[in-house]
Amino acid sequence: MANIPSDLKYTREHEWARQEGANVRVGITHYAQEQLGDVVFVELPKVGARVTAHQSFGVVESVKAVSDLFAPITGEVVEVNTALPKAPELVNRDPYGQGWMIVVKPAGAGALDGLLTAQQYEQHIAQAAH
Amino acid sequence: MRYLPNTPQNQRAMLDAIGARAVEDLLVKIPAKARLSRPLALPPALAETALVRHLRALAAENADADRYTCFLGAGAYDHYVPSPINHLVLRGEFFTAYTPYQPEASQGTLRTIYEYQTLIAELTGMDVANASIYDGASSLAEAALMAHAATGRGEVVLAAGVNPLYRRVVATYCGGPGLRLREAPAPDGVLDLEAIRRLVGARTAAVVVQSPNFYGCLEDVAAVAEIAHAAGAMLVVVADPVNLGVLEAPGRLGADIVVGEGQGLGVPLSYGGPYLGVFAARQELVRRMPGRLVGATVDLDGQRGFVLTLQAREQHIRRAKATSNICTNVALCALMATVYAAILGKRGLVEVGEQCMAKAHYAAGRLTAIPGVSLRFPAPFFKEFTLRLPKSPERVVARLARRRILAGVPLKAWDRRLGDCLLVAVTEQRTREEIDALAAALAEAVA
Repeated sequence: MANIPSDLKYTREHEWARQEGANVRVGITHYAQEQLGDVVFVELPKVGARVTAHQSFGVVESVKAVSDLFAPITGEVVEVNTALPKAPELVNRDPYGQGWMIVVKPAGAGALDGLLTAQQYEQHIAQAAH
Repeated sequence: MRYLPNTPQNQRAMLDAIGARAVEDLLVKIPAKARLSRPLALPPALAETALVRHLRALAAENADADRYTCFLGAGAYDHYVPSPINHLVLRGEFFTAYTPYQPEASQGTLRTIYEYQTLIAELTGMDVANASIYDGASSLAEAALMAHAATGRGEVVLAAGVNPLYRRVVATYCGGPGLRLREAPAPDGVLDLEAIRRLVGARTAAVVVQSPNFYGCLEDVAAVAEIAHAAGAMLVVVADPVNLGVLEAPGRLGADIVVGEGQGLGVPLSYGGPYLGVFAARQELVRRMPGRLVGATVDLDGQRGFVLTLQAREQHIRRAKATSNICTNVALCALMATVYAAILGKRGLVEVGEQCMAKAHYAAGRLTAIPGVSLRFPAPFFKEFTLRLPKSPERVVARLARRRILAGVPLKAWDRRLGDCLLVAVTEQRTREEIDALAAALAEAVA
């Protein structure tokens, strides 16, 4: 059964976004890590880099595929998970917790409005499965 | 590969299977005017004995380094190739140009590549080396692309002393992604550090320096490293690994990527190829590195084994996101280099370097004692140097060739400002007699 926390927002490319005060924390979903298999490498932007909604901000590499990471929102990277280069398996073990990737300071208000709710995301992956 | 015959009986059986009368029937869709209606205008076939005689006569017209005394360099050098190399690389187990398509089934091949990578990493002073690329020029072009991908910056500053052929290959590779190439001048044979400081900035992905450079001069690599790193750019060093028994490893001078032509490591001149593209980098860059990479691991029983590792870097997995389309290497030439280094060992490589250096300096002394002949640049050199001649270098070279001496490379074709210059390389193979003979012949030719 897919693990899709109801308090998060989602992209169609399987990233999650969590509002934390003024900033937004970003990672990939449980479903995404399950599809990828063992994650062996995560390439993230540097603090201070600008990310743009729907555009690639990094790369996640598993034993069987290399995939782009897509930014849920536009803004500036204010924090990067420095544990991931040494322990990429955190993405598999705890995708919504220790496996987070970046924290973004949104460029404008209401940044999360266009994203999918947990229910919409669940429908999205149910369709993808067919 | 097995020889597959194609007899008239085979052809008949195949034509019958598809219901065609003759091979001609398969070609009817091709317009008649596009087809040749007569046999090719070829001379009649020769008997084997006659053919061998003919080919030998053709080959005898070549001026090769076995029958001529070779002072040619400019990127390919007449270093000695010890005889065990040929014996080993011609073995059936090894005799292929490629990394195998079922790599892990070929543990012996992977092991030799692993050893090659190890020796290149040690010689260059870098953390990791790949299984090799086509040649020095393509290695450098790949390094430029890699620096672009790793830094996200769009300019590459190339020292004027980088082999001009390499610079042309870099320009070709960089055309696609639209990288801007800028040339840093070397008015006295070595880089003008002030000029390079002005060229390097926030848009610079990499600074490329070759040492010894195309003109033979040693560059101040550590100073260039400082300038590049201060601007957040990478330093790419082009080096000849056979020199690194004596010269400091580029990795210890601040290189982020080291590339070069590995031909000097036991690969014959072969009229220009196949050669050996050396490529090494710092550990942090391993996932940006092009080419194949062999790693050591253990199998289920805990026994040591070798695998092609980090393949997700490569085009067949990364697809359009790949920053390089290299999915092979020059395994046979890499094997030659591995055997070469194993035979020579650390002391042997040092001796090769010391002999090259001593003989090149002896030669420079003899040649510049000739009236009108001088060193073009004041910078220190290693095994190659640029002479200024009082007469046309092209004519001098032609004249000495008649005495079976390949005197050097006239530089006019590479740099119009050096129309009176001759590039002379002296390897460990050259004897005092040969150098003295060159000096005598040159003195006569310019008198």
